[in-house]
Amino acid sequence: MQKFDKLSGIAAPLPLVNIDTDMIIPKQFLKTIKRSGLGVNLFDEMRYDREGNEIADFVLNKPAYREAQILVTGDNFGCGSSREHAPWALADFGIRAIISTSFADIFYNNCFKNGILPIVLPQEQVDVLMSDAEKGANARMEVDLEAQTVTTSDGEVFGFEIDPHRKHCLINGLDDIGLTLEKAAAIDAFEARASAERPWV
Amino acid sequence: MSPKTLYDKIWDAHLAHEAEDGTCLIYIDRHLVHEVTSPQAFEGLRMAGRTVRAPDKTIAVPDHNVPTTEGRENPEAMTEDSRIQVAALDKNATDFGIHYYPVSDVRQGIVHIVGPEQGWTLPGMTVVCGDSHTATHGAFGALAHGIGTSEVEHVLATQTLIQRKAKNMKVEITGKLNPGVTAKDITLSVIGATGTAGGTGYVIEYCGEAIRELSMEGRMTVCNMAIEGGARAGLIAPDEKTFEYIRGRPHAPKAGQWEQAMEWWKTLYSDDDAQWDKVVTIRGEDIAPVVTWGTSPEDVLPITEAVPAPESFKGGKVDAVRRALDYMGLTPGQKLTDIEIDTVFIGSCTNGRIEDLRAAAEVLKGKKVKDGMRAMVVPGSGLVRAQAEEEGLADIFREAGFEWRLAGCSMCLAMNPDQLAPGERCASTSNRNFEGRQGYKGRTHLMSPAMAAAAAVTGHLTDIRDLA
Ligand code: SF4
Repeated sequence: MQKFDKLSGIAAPLPLVNIDTDMIIPKQFLKTIKRSGLGVNLFDEMRYDREGNEIADFVLNKPAYREAQILVTGDNFGCGSSREHAPWALADFGIRAIISTSFADIFYNNCFKNGILPIVLPQEQVDVLMSDAEKGANARMEVDLEAQTVTTSDGEVFGFEIDPHRKHCLINGLDDIGLTLEKAAAIDAFEARASAERPWV
Repeated sequence: MSPKTLYDKIWDAHLAHEAEDGTCLIYIDRHLVHEVTSPQAFEGLRMAGRTVRAPDKTIAVPDHNVPTTEGRENPEAMTEDSRIQVAALDKNATDFGIHYYPVSDVRQGIVHIVGPEQGWTLPGMTVVCGDSHTATHGAFGALAHGIGTSEVEHVLATQTLIQRKAKNMKVEITGKLNPGVTAKDITLSVIGATGTAGGTGYVIEYCGEAIRELSMEGRMTVCNMAIEGGARAGLIAPDEKTFEYIRGRPHAPKAGQWEQAMEWWKTLYSDDDAQWDKVVTIRGEDIAPVVTWGTSPEDVLPITEAVPAPESFKGGKVDAVRRALDYMGLTPGQKLTDIEIDTVFIGSCTNGRIEDLRAAAEVLKGKKVKDGMRAMVVPGSGLVRAQAEEEGLADIFREAGFEWRLAGCSMCLAMNPDQLAPGERCASTSNRNFEGRQGYKGRTHLMSPAMAAAAAVTGHLTDIRDLA
C-alpha cells in the first residue's frame, strides 16, 4: 500500500452531503478485473452526460481541479454500498485525502486499506477549508499525518484525531499484507524448517 | 503428547506465527489460482510493487469462463468480459512466473481436478484457492481452504493465510453402501442430515468403513461438498489408496524423497483418543440414492420419496421451502420419480472425473437419451477427456446422444455460454442448486452421475436401481 506521510496538493470543494458510493462509482463499473483504472469513472453520473461528454460545471472537470489530490466534502461521505471500488476509484483518480465532518463507517475503513486518509473535522473548520479549496489551483493545502494537521493556503492550522494503529499502518504503508510482511522473519524461519523436514513440498 | 486430530496435526505443522490475540499465520504449501477471483489480487501486487513469494507453489488454470465447445481458442467464442479475464490470467501467470495450464494445454481443466491429477495436492499439505470448492483436496488428507480475493493477494505476497483455528468435527459413515449408492449420495445425505450450516466453524474429518472403501475419486466427491455443509474444510486421512493414486504423478515426490514423504504421511491420522467438538454418525446401509428437490443442497431426499410440504418444516424454513417449491415448479406430494427433466449435465469438480464418466457410461451403454432432451458431458480436465476417449466412453456418450465437451466448469455455474434457459429443469452432477446457479430461472436437481445418466434415458428423475 502507498505510504502516507505529508501531502501538499490541490483541494477540490464538493459541498454535497450524503455522497454515496453509487455516486462515487456506479454499479456498471464493478464488472472489472481491476481495482485500478476506475478513476475515469469516478463520480461518473455527475461528471459526464449520457453521451459521455464531460459536464463542464462539475468540479473535477474544471481546469483548476483536474489534478486535485484532496476532497473537501459534505457530511456523511461514502454512505451506501460497501463496495471497495469506491476507494479504488478515488485512489486511481489521485485522491489521497478526504476532509469531511463525517464518513460512513465501511467506506472509512476501506479508505485505510487503499492508502487514502479520511480526515474528520468540526463543521466550522470544514467551512474554512471549503472556502480555501474554492480558491482553485493556486491554493495548495497541506496535510501532515505525523503531526495530525491540515494547513490552509493562508497558513491556518487545524489538528485532527486518528486512531494510532491506523496512523501507524498508513504512515508505514501497511495493509494486512504489509503487517504480515513485518513477520517475514518468522515466515522465513518456518520455510527453512519446513523445507528441511518436508523437502518434497 | 496430548492426542490430536488430523486437522490438529496439519495445523501444527504449518503454524508460522501466532500473535498474542490468537491470530495465526498458516503457511501455504499450494496456491491454486483461476481467472475469476485473481485479477484484482495480481493487480494489487503490481500496484504495491510486490512479487509472488513462492511462484513454484502457485498453480494457475482458467476454468470458470472458458467455453467447452470445439473451436474455443477462437476469441469470438467468449464474451468480452470472459475474454478479458482469461487474457489477464495468461498475462499474470507469465509475468509472475507461476505454473500455468492455458486453455490450449491438454492438462487444462477445473482447478480442483487438475491439482490432484498433476500431483500438486499431497497429504498433509495446506492448499488454498480463491474458490469455495477447494475442500475437494481434503480427500488426500490436505487442509484445503477456499479464500477471497484479498486473501488470494495475501497468499501470493506472503505464502501465508491469516486464520483462527476451527473446531474439530467427525463425520463417520459406518458399514457398507448398498448397490446403486455412491459418494455423491453420501455427501448429499450428510448435508441433508446436518443442514447447510451444520459444519459452520468446523473442519470435518470423514471416516468410517464406507469412506475407506471409496476410491480417491469418490473421496474427492465427498470432500468437495464439505463447504455446502458449511464447513471450512473436509478431510479424509490418507491411506494406501491415497499413496497409490499419487505415486508417479508429475509433481509427486520422486525416488528418495518418496520414502521420506511416506514416513510422514503415515503419521497423518486422528489419534484414537482425540477430542471432537462434534460427532455425526450415519450408517452406510441407511443411505439411499438421493436427489435434491429444492434450492439448497440440504433439500435432499431418497429418490423413492415425494416432494415435501412446506408445513412439514419448522421456523424460517417453512417460507424458504414455499419459495423453493414455487421456484422449482413442484407440488407437495408429487413423487420425485415423476419429475420430468429436459437437460442433463454431467461434469464439475464434484463429478467430472474418470470414474464418474465410467459410472454414467455404464448406464448409457446401448441406450439412447430420451427424445428432445439436451444432454452434455463435460470432462473435468483435458486428461480425463483423453482417457475417456481411449476407454471408449466418449463413443458411448455420443452414441447415446450426449454432447461430448471440452474441459471446464461449464454449466456448474453458467458463467460461460452453457446455461439453462428460464424454466428449464436439469439433472446435474454439480454441487449447487441455488436459484439461478445454472442460468436465470433454471431449475437444478443434484444427483450422482449414474442417476443423471438414468434420467437422461427416461426423461424424468429415476431410481438407478429400477433401470438395471
Ligand atoms: S466446477 Fe463448479 S464448483 Fe467446481 S470450481 Fe467450477 S464452478 Fe466452482
